[in-house]
Amino acid sequence: MTGYHLAHFNAARLRVPLDDPGSAAFVAGLDPINALADRSPGFVWRLAEGPEGDATTVRPTEPDVIVTLSVWESLEALRAFTYQSEHLDYLRRRRDWFVPLGYRASLVLWWIPAGSIPTPEEGVARLRALGANGPTADAFTFRAPFPAPTDAGPAPLRLHA
Amino acid sequence: MDDSGLTAVSALTDGVRRAAYREVISAGGAPVGRDEVAAALGVGRTLAAHHLDKLVDAGLLEVTYARRTGRSGPGAGRPAKLYRAAAAEHEVSVPPRAYRTAAELLAEAVERTGADLALFAAARAHGRTAPAPAPSTPPPDAAASAPEATPATSAVPAASPADAAPAASAASAASAAEVLAAHGYLPHEEDGRIELRNCPFHRLAEQFPPLICGMNLAMVEGLLEGGGLDATWDARMDAAPGRCCVTLTKSKNKTD
Repeated sequence: MTGYHLAHFNAARLRVPLDDPGSAAFVAGLDPINALADRSPGFVWRLAEGPEGDATTVRPTEPDVIVTLSVWESLEALRAFTYQSEHLDYLRRRRDWFVPLGYRASLVLWWIPAGSIPTPEEGVARLRALGANGPTADAFTFRAPFPAPTDAGPAPLRLHA
Repeated sequence: MDDSGLTAVSALTDGVRRAAYREVISAGGAPVGRDEVAAALGVGRTLAAHHLDKLVDAGLLEVTYARRTGRSGPGAGRPAKLYRAAAAEHEVSVPPRAYRTAAELLAEAVERTGADLALFAAARAHGRTAPAPAPSTPPPDAAASAPEATPATSAVPAASPADAAPAASAASAASAAEVLAAHGYLPHEEDGRIELRNCPFHRLAEQFPPLICGMNLAMVEGLLEGGGLDATWDARMDAAPGRCCVTLTKSKNKTD
């Protein structure tokens, strides 16, 4: 356990609007999957706004791009929820609901001082930094992770985008 | 070239040692004692220990010590030396080839283009047409979707019943495990459920979980279809640490 938590931001472009029948299976999974996240070991916080208690109304980039933003105690905790739970089957069907972003990264991870809460705008900036610079300590991925900072102060923000 | 793969492979040239290795890895990460291996192989415990230690030297197994509950007699209470599969993978290519790198690059490209569904379709088709292993028990009769007619297998009709399901449960259970074992999954069947204790795509699956686990599920479904087993077994995504992300359960609805 360090004085840092892991922030996670994800952006996904919808094939059809959320109220379209083509999104029905995705929408049906929102509550159970969010509930699963909330009770997963190492879960700290997730963005939840609007009447539905999820993040689907938050559209910081484009109207058809929905996002998730969450905070976890560790990379392992987030990995276990993301890839070793029922969430994996939900992810497996992602192309039923989302348009691939091609070369643009859709997921970004970064360390934050424990107790702080990231914003969707910061998530967008981190995602752009990942796209511009590749994985760095400021913006990385599961496949190219960076360890939590060990120094005393908060991580300096070095966003280039 | 790195010789660790060759060292590992050459340690497996002895038939008894290879059997000992299979015995340990089929436990799927659970530690196994030398007595269990000796009993399974029908050899003395000294010989079993000799081979197990050679496998440790070669980096194929690792040693843990634990007290085994339920044991009594001399030695009870002392930690036993146990063996389990080492996490490291060994790959040998002579001459050098880099298919793993190729696989990672292809997975990356599929991910970027979002061609998941094309990969799943290819995996399912591959599973459906993959050659079936020679069964150790007579296959179920009238497996209508089997790729080839299998003569002289109708002598033992399905013990059960009334329904016209092509695959009798007992025979198809063995067959499902055989089909999956032939493709490297290390199936473990218990109470109408099959857990797969090896992921043939482990490294890639760790890097591209939705893509590769989805491909894997599609391939398992294809293998069941190709073996005429999809009437009796359901495969589903059931991710958990330490084993393949797919598990199989006996289908209740389809056979009744």
